[in-house]
Amino acid sequence: MEKYSKVMKTDPLVIEWDYNLNYIHSYAQDSKFFVYLGRGIILGSECKKCNYRYGTYRKYCMFCGSETYDIELPLEGKIHSFTTCYYAGEDFINEVPYTLILVEFKNINSLFMSRLVNKENKRVEIGMEVKAKFKKLQKFNVNDVYFLPA
Amino acid sequence: MYRPRNVYMISGGLTKFKKYNYESDFRLNVKKSMDYALNDIKMDIKHIDGSVSAYFSDHFQGQLIAGAMSNDYIGLSGKPSKRIEGGGATGGLAFQTGYEEIASGNMDTCLVYGFENMSHLNTWKGNDVIALGSDANFDYPLGGFYTAYYALMATRHMYEFGTTEEQMAMVSVKNHNNALYNPFAQAPMAINIDDVLKSPVVSTPLKMLDICLMSDGAASAILASEDVAKSFTDKPVLIKAIGSSSDTMRLADRTFGDVTLLPGEKEYKNLRYPGIHSFKAGRLAAKMAYERAGIKNPEKEIDLAELYDAYTSAEIQAYEDMGFCRYGNGGEFIENHRSDINGDIPVNMEGGLQASGHAIGATGIMQAVYAFWQLQGNISRHFGNNKLQAKNHNTGLIHSHAGTGAYETVTVMEAL
Ligand SMILES: [Zn+2]
Repeated sequence: MEKYSKVMKTDPLVIEWDYNLNYIHSYAQDSKFFVYLGRGIILGSECKKCNYRYGTYRKYCMFCGSETYDIELPLEGKIHSFTTCYYAGEDFINEVPYTLILVEFKNINSLFMSRLVNKENKRVEIGMEVKAKFKKLQKFNVNDVYFLPA
Repeated sequence: MYRPRNVYMISGGLTKFKKYNYESDFRLNVKKSMDYALNDIKMDIKHIDGSVSAYFSDHFQGQLIAGAMSNDYIGLSGKPSKRIEGGGATGGLAFQTGYEEIASGNMDTCLVYGFENMSHLNTWKGNDVIALGSDANFDYPLGGFYTAYYALMATRHMYEFGTTEEQMAMVSVKNHNNALYNPFAQAPMAINIDDVLKSPVVSTPLKMLDICLMSDGAASAILASEDVAKSFTDKPVLIKAIGSSSDTMRLADRTFGDVTLLPGEKEYKNLRYPGIHSFKAGRLAAKMAYERAGIKNPEKEIDLAELYDAYTSAEIQAYEDMGFCRYGNGGEFIENHRSDINGDIPVNMEGGLQASGHAIGATGIMQAVYAFWQLQGNISRHFGNNKLQAKNHNTGLIHSHAGTGAYETVTVMEAL
């Protein structure tokens, strides 16, 4: 009952309820993508039936439903769009400012969302060449890969 | 064969949207908005056949099955009811579900209500929770921030079409200033372009005053079949047509093809569509609604609209998706004051999500209520002043998004 005992206000009566949960998150059929980031590889997917090459990993084609084949994405690409965030969700608030980009790869039909680490504060623009970089210590989330200005 | 019964909106009600409403919970907010709608046409709860409830997140309510709880609280226990959820489009989808209840003959009267009490989480935790409405494997861990996704789209819209931050600021100025005359609005503000441009940058190019609010509030709409509508009001509004569509949840998965054209629209050369500059689901939803409503030229035939302006950029994009102007001319559309209260297609006359508020599950229904009052010519009756009454008010459109356009709804309503 400790969880329901901290009074914040009396009229109306408002309490703080420690409402937390540890979610057991499985990457399930996307697991291989995250494992491969530890090997310095970004996996994408290709549908042999549609000849569509996905820049974000998915096991099944969204056009025809066929199972896709894994492909290795290039480690260089171009910025398709970008934003620099000075605020964030609570769990990420200590990381601001950070820059998100959508990366376009040569001969790949769709994009990949990632962070751009821009230590030298280069002017970020659409079309800018970027290269992938991998975290030395794998954390097993999508931030294991990020991009730098090429 | 698509052959729905005619469906009418016969009344609407709202609570004032505000932050930190700890005085009433979601049940009481629903009751207040419903009572407003019932009292307005002297209708009794016993005349309601069933309901559709709309709310977005169980985390905001701190309660599961909050729809059923609202239902018994307001006196609808024993009547059929269901909950609809679809992100920011929750209210818009629920309104369309209510339409389907009547159109199918399942009900003759239906109460559609929506609510959200967002001040039970701090603003940044709230942003986290909203961002769970993005892919938890690939998107959410990059920053847990929806504003960033819309900002990526805005950046690309600026690149493709030359849209400017000033033009986005104009949307904020319009909507906040409109809200000065709306007693239900959360954040009326007499602001100018400079105020918006100088407000803190949140996620480039979007600033604090380009972004909607988090709100506590509820909205109710009462829908009825033709036989029943006339017995409660002499000013029913016809729900002429509904349209909806969907797109990929991940922005990264959006396709690059040709523009889906609306009736009478000329082809586009060299525009890869929608990419991330535009909302294809919005365009497809509009196309479906226009075809069903027999609208040949939306720019001429739509008199007023409630568009999903969670971000100022999204309102500009919506002008184009809805066919109020060609793709690429959205910036010019606001700059030329075409969406002002005295413009040729006034948009978000009451303040939109920017200034009226965005109590997520309530929002789409709030838009329906405002459009309903506009089409009845009844703004002064509800606002106590006539400043926001659109001059032409025969045909109205309401529009909502979930995700970055993963679900979108467009509903066309018509005064009789
Ligand atoms: Zn395929």
